[in-house]
Amino acid sequence: MAKIIVDGVEVDVPAEYTLLQAAEAAGAEIPRFCFHERLSIAGNCRMCLVEVKGAPKPVASCAWGVRDCRPGPNGEPPEVLTKSPTVKKAREGVMEFLLINHPLDCPICDQGGQCDLQDQAMAYGVDTSRFHENKRAVTDKYLGPLVRTSMNRCIHCTRCVRFTTEVAGVEDLGALWRGEDMEITSYLEKALGSELQANVADLCPVGALTHKPESYHYRPWELTKTDSVDVMDAVGSSIRVDSRGREVMRILPRINEAVNEEWISDKTRQIVDGLRLQRLDRPFVRENGRLRPASWQEAFGVIGNRLLNTDAKRIGAIAGDLAAVEELYALKLLMQSLGVTNTDARQDGTVLSPAYGRGSYLFNSTIAGIEDADAILIVGANPRIEASLVNVRIRKRWRVAPLPIAMIGENPDLTYDYEYLGAGPETLSDLLGGRHSFAEKLKGAERPLIIVGQGALIRPDGLAVLSLAAQLAQSIGAVKEGWNGFSVLHTAAARIGALDLGFVPGEGGITAQAMAQGGVDVLFNLGADEIDIAPGAFVIYQGTHGDRGAHRADVILPGATYTEKSGTFVNTEGRVQMANRAAFAPGEAREDWAILRALSDVLGQRLPFDSLNALRARLYAEYPHFAAVEDITEADVASAVQALAGIGGTPGREPFASPVKDFYLTNPIARASGVMAECSALARELRLEAAE
Amino acid sequence: MAVRKLAPEELQPKSFAFSPENEAFADQQIAKYPPGRQASAVIALLWRAQEQAGGWLPRKAIEAVAAKLDMAPIRVMEVATFYTMFNLEPVGKYFIQFCGTTPCALRGAGEIKKVLQARVGDSGHVSADGNFSWLEVECLGACCNAPMVQINDDYYEDLTPQNFEKLLDDLAAGRPVKTGSQIGRRTSEPYEAVNTLQDPSLYDGSVVGAWRKRFEETAQEGPTEAPGLEQRAAENPRAGKPDSGRAIGRVIETPANRVAEGKPPIDEKDRADAASKDRATAVEPRKDEADKPAPQSSKSYVAMPSKPEEGAPVAESPTTPIAGTPPSHAETRRDGSESKPDVVVDKDNKTS
Repeated sequence: MAKIIVDGVEVDVPAEYTLLQAAEAAGAEIPRFCFHERLSIAGNCRMCLVEVKGAPKPVASCAWGVRDCRPGPNGEPPEVLTKSPTVKKAREGVMEFLLINHPLDCPICDQGGQCDLQDQAMAYGVDTSRFHENKRAVTDKYLGPLVRTSMNRCIHCTRCVRFTTEVAGVEDLGALWRGEDMEITSYLEKALGSELQANVADLCPVGALTHKPESYHYRPWELTKTDSVDVMDAVGSSIRVDSRGREVMRILPRINEAVNEEWISDKTRQIVDGLRLQRLDRPFVRENGRLRPASWQEAFGVIGNRLLNTDAKRIGAIAGDLAAVEELYALKLLMQSLGVTNTDARQDGTVLSPAYGRGSYLFNSTIAGIEDADAILIVGANPRIEASLVNVRIRKRWRVAPLPIAMIGENPDLTYDYEYLGAGPETLSDLLGGRHSFAEKLKGAERPLIIVGQGALIRPDGLAVLSLAAQLAQSIGAVKEGWNGFSVLHTAAARIGALDLGFVPGEGGITAQAMAQGGVDVLFNLGADEIDIAPGAFVIYQGTHGDRGAHRADVILPGATYTEKSGTFVNTEGRVQMANRAAFAPGEAREDWAILRALSDVLGQRLPFDSLNALRARLYAEYPHFAAVEDITEADVASAVQALAGIGGTPGREPFASPVKDFYLTNPIARASGVMAECSALARELRLEAAE
Repeated sequence: MAVRKLAPEELQPKSFAFSPENEAFADQQIAKYPPGRQASAVIALLWRAQEQAGGWLPRKAIEAVAAKLDMAPIRVMEVATFYTMFNLEPVGKYFIQFCGTTPCALRGAGEIKKVLQARVGDSGHVSADGNFSWLEVECLGACCNAPMVQINDDYYEDLTPQNFEKLLDDLAAGRPVKTGSQIGRRTSEPYEAVNTLQDPSLYDGSVVGAWRKRFEETAQEGPTEAPGLEQRAAENPRAGKPDSGRAIGRVIETPANRVAEGKPPIDEKDRADAASKDRATAVEPRKDEADKPAPQSSKSYVAMPSKPEEGAPVAESPTTPIAGTPPSHAETRRDGSESKPDVVVDKDNKTS
């Protein structure tokens, strides 16, 4: 720790702090453009100049360390002034130079109202220009379907270049030419090839990079901001949903150090148009092979007729990947009251089950815990497309100091170096038997981490593979006091909540796959669109979009998406998070728990709650860990791993394949989105090009 | 710096591969750096690639270097575009880098440039016969022999329009040419007669240590009394700041001047009188050349305030409209017509 005086306030900060950080610790605000906490230091905007006593010139506080400061003549702590007239004059000079080439198009600029340059010009800008020459003109660049460029506005902070290189791990952006002619572009203006590319528009301190899909649609001050949580993958990124009236206009990341830091994937951000397209806005009933609009009462009548006249053994319920805990709970209670045991939320057929304990299906190390790992083995997962922000964490850990990372399964570009061990379960057996060099590295590691993906678990021999992985975890000491290195990576936002609730086949019940293949006569489908349901069964689909599930349905009950209801989601770590309502569902669509409550009335099995609060009170009484919002309730990992290891079994020889074939089209909302379709087509093109 | 860009697609070769020698050179360069730091060799490789491709860097060459060094193409592109020594468009067989910096300009580089423009055409274009292209560059460090050009790898110095024309003729015809000075000078020896460093004592060893000796003698005499501040001010009165725009030439009455002239300090009452506006003497406007306002850019939308004696109107307060004036009629309103005299702005909007 080092003492430093900032504007007369003495603070004690770590010596490796920069002056900017020290000043913030002392409560002084420093303007900046190029500096960003999560990127490397560039020091090229010069906006953060401060005066250091004894230094001949103002210094860039973002690039000057506390330990680089000289003490006073009698050993006093070094002194920094951030509000002196010199500092103000220096910053005004910097601002004047920045504005020399910056166009005065704030009235037509999407960044207006959320622009760092605009804000800081209020403090340091002068009201006239002394520059009478021509302004620099730069041609706009094509960077893909998500980022619009207006390069005249660029102030060359290089945040975008540093983000793509350091965080996203794709060296796509660069600064060509030099001096006044410097231009930010991608090589030959190719579209950016990252699933995190839209974050560069968030990072841009001016309006040079803005979000293309939503450009010119709103002004930031018109929007109502709602804190929420993302359901596009099982990471559960913290997001802020901005809406105007009934319509969601944009989705932005919220800072959450434990989950997404301050990034979100493009899918999380840009499915906004999918929230209003292809929506189911009224109930439908199939008559003579065609779906026709119906009233709620009519639809309920048809359902009641069917359900009450069918044997409970021939009724089943499947829940999809976007369902909140509340409606899963309501559906579970409803099915229990009907005596149905055929309930399953695992439409992809994964073998995970609450039977082996909560620790057997969570990402036990936690996402932030990846940064503590010192060896990582990935089995049957492609974290880059299954959980982009988990991949970002692994890359972050790898950049701090390269650690041994190995991969069994596909051989994709994960943006960091890894050792490719093999494609299938036999490699895992080899590793367990110590017949592979990487086994030594895992054994030698203090905190080894095994990540098991759904690619290894959605197969008939998934249980045997899971058991193998658990045995390996035991043999390398991955689960011990203070370290839980056995982690399961999920792809569905609803999955953990459903497993926590026990939304799996009860006694004598059959799995989702069996139900879909004709195991039941009446199937209640709560938003499961990634499963093919064989002809024959009568399907009740409760969901939001006219997607696969709705096409196969006999009765459609229109529900609400995650931005239109208050719902609890549990992410892959087991972190309970709450999504909040930012807008209302379209037309006659209702919140899902309320639909189930109304249906229960028709069926004569009234559910014991009349409000969301009453439902939650009951839910929390039965499952107390759901009440700990934003928290992870500790699971007993050691005994879960012990139980898994005891299963044994012989896995097959099939190679592992990631369940996510197309990152941009994994759920009904994304499939409805035109932006996602464009991204998907482009990504396919890029993949073909790369394959050549 | 001239605007540079990649050569158009039709000029780009379909492929590029290092020749065996250059491949060996590249490996040798890469071996200079620790493993994993092969990207450090990027400039050397780009230079060789440029030589191999005929003096410029095609896109494929940039990609070949990127592949060789395991770098992203954009990173190599950044280097290739940063340095002006990498040409991104085809150059002539003889690529002329013409120095236009001050010493050469003073010694007649303008004439050399005219020759280039007449013979080769605009800079950055290859002449019709494919022999020449030229570029104006900054100082090449041969100022003693100005004006000069660099053609491919060699310097050609002491140019005149005549000998430069001949040089270009000889190059075009394939005749041998002399590198270096074109007037028979050996390196940068004196241009005409030798007139410096002629004192023989410089060469007989007698001055060795003389400076140090003199320094020590001076030190023994002891420091001389430095003149006091007031004394210096009296001897050489001047303003504390550079005299930009100030009336110089007249001796200003300053306290220091009064002390030097033996006058008593100014009485407080007199000072108060002098400060009052109605009693102060008006300063006569100066009429000499130095006082003209700085030339204005023709691109300015707002006229800079000029001196009152020039007759140009000076707004009393350019941002304050006179009360009661409709905004459209306010004198302070700027509508762009100031800089476009032929545009008439109809402030009342009555014409149509």
